[in-house]
Amino acid sequence: MNTLLVIEPGAFTTVQDLGRFGYRHLGVPPSGALDEFACRTANLLVGNAPGHAVLEMTLAGVVLAVLAPVDVALTGADMPVRVNRQPVDNWCSIRLAPGDLLRIEPARSGCRGYLAVTGGIDVPPVMGSRSTNTMAAMGGLEGRPLKKGDLLACGAGSLLERPRKVPPAMRPRYTQPVVLRAIPGPQDDFFTEGLQRLFTRPFTVSARADRMGCRLEGPQIPLRRAMPESIISEPILPGGIQIPADGQPIILLNEQTAGGYAKIATVISADLPAVAQAAAGDTVVFRQTDPRIARDLRRENELRLARLREMFSKKGRGKGSV
Amino acid sequence: MAGNDEHTQRPTIGFRIMGDRGLLVEYGHTIDEAVNHKVRSVAAAVAAKPPQGVLEAVPAYRSLLVIYDPLTTGIRRLQDYFRRLEKRIDRIAVPPPQTLDIPVCYGGDFGPDLDFVARSHDLTPQEVIALHTARTYTVCMIGFSPGFPFLGGLAPELSTPRLKTPRTRVPRGSVAIANSQTGIYPLESPGGWQLIGRTPLKLFDPFAEPPVPYRTGDRIRFTSITDREYRRLRQEQFS
Repeated sequence: MNTLLVIEPGAFTTVQDLGRFGYRHLGVPPSGALDEFACRTANLLVGNAPGHAVLEMTLAGVVLAVLAPVDVALTGADMPVRVNRQPVDNWCSIRLAPGDLLRIEPARSGCRGYLAVTGGIDVPPVMGSRSTNTMAAMGGLEGRPLKKGDLLACGAGSLLERPRKVPPAMRPRYTQPVVLRAIPGPQDDFFTEGLQRLFTRPFTVSARADRMGCRLEGPQIPLRRAMPESIISEPILPGGIQIPADGQPIILLNEQTAGGYAKIATVISADLPAVAQAAAGDTVVFRQTDPRIARDLRRENELRLARLREMFSKKGRGKGSV
Repeated sequence: MAGNDEHTQRPTIGFRIMGDRGLLVEYGHTIDEAVNHKVRSVAAAVAAKPPQGVLEAVPAYRSLLVIYDPLTTGIRRLQDYFRRLEKRIDRIAVPPPQTLDIPVCYGGDFGPDLDFVARSHDLTPQEVIALHTARTYTVCMIGFSPGFPFLGGLAPELSTPRLKTPRTRVPRGSVAIANSQTGIYPLESPGGWQLIGRTPLKLFDPFAEPPVPYRTGDRIRFTSITDREYRRLRQEQFS
């Protein structure tokens, strides 16, 4: 059933879930929510499974007209929310009724906001995922960003019995500078002076940053003498810090599977949400870490989500149906 | 900490660390048929029986990316696994490669860089087409965009550098050359390769099974077709 009508689509709003897996060997990138923590939390807030499809908004939010009763929740970037002009909180569930107007304003901090809805955004899965891949024009709404007049259907799900809220202490804050922990490699041996610069100097997020990669501007990262400018193309992972010929780092994200430039270091998976929330003009600094610390941080993230899940399940789920 | 592992008994296998959930296993340093065969053998073994905690294994020219769950397994355990696998690498059954013929309409609007490639090597466009269609290529890796095959085996006479400034829009089906590689853009995308022709075939279809008609290790031959054949085939493919 159509639940939401897009009045304003925002700057670049796509349908995303946790990604499209198992096709990297065919060159099909994972896509998916760049800030997985925010996506999973938004789903928990409306009583969904973590992998339901959400809207990922970039800097500017959407305006939606509500056609049927639904719970929604906004997480991620600090985008003020209004229902019929009344300000409401983010990181908590919001009950909407037919005729309501949901307005999400531009981000005051962070870059990407996630809007979850009861039952998830219902679009047909393509290759096992509802995530939008704009290059291949697949997933989401015909493989494209939202536009004015789109109708969004929600999947089957129950309205909440009681509202849900992430305690303020458990909400991430997007402060400056953005600190990203990274493990040297896979091609750290291509650099000497460059490693020193990466881990000691600040960088600025470029206006050309997108879902392919978070482009940075700052001190040039030189290759070691006599190292080739490019390498034989090899598979890449989100978080890889690629150094192209101009020496300006790019943190690779979710829309490509292979690359032909050396990667000096890799942002740890626990800090990928922070990359997703780094907006053009933000300052980024890198701190060196190792796989063991990265694993512990990842475990902490999982525990944080488990704690939220437990907190919400104690308070019970709703019986009303959509 | 990353870099090539100097402590392996066999110097051919090396490990590079890709953050906290990726390990790149390297089987050589060059574009080489034997190295690529090794990568495919290992990929087949991992696919048949993935070690605990391994989520995905992605074969490339000379390396295999292993994506793992760091809460279930770790670098040490994976390195041990690949060293053990290395000892029985010759006994791994690798699926036999398929050969696929891909029709290409060369030159004109479909191959705006054909003349440049010919001039750079003192060849006529016809000679370039003859050289390009004479070889059988190996799919060394699929990447860049869905279905994009990096093909090894280009005639050295055709090796041409990338464009200085990449095009913002390369049409779907474009057949191209960059240095010692040739490849096909299955989707419209930006790109810096020299475009010499275009195939009418649909090479990536998310609703087909399989979505891409070739895999790493398969062989590809190009055949030259006329403009008219191109139009007929394209209609068949996309109607």
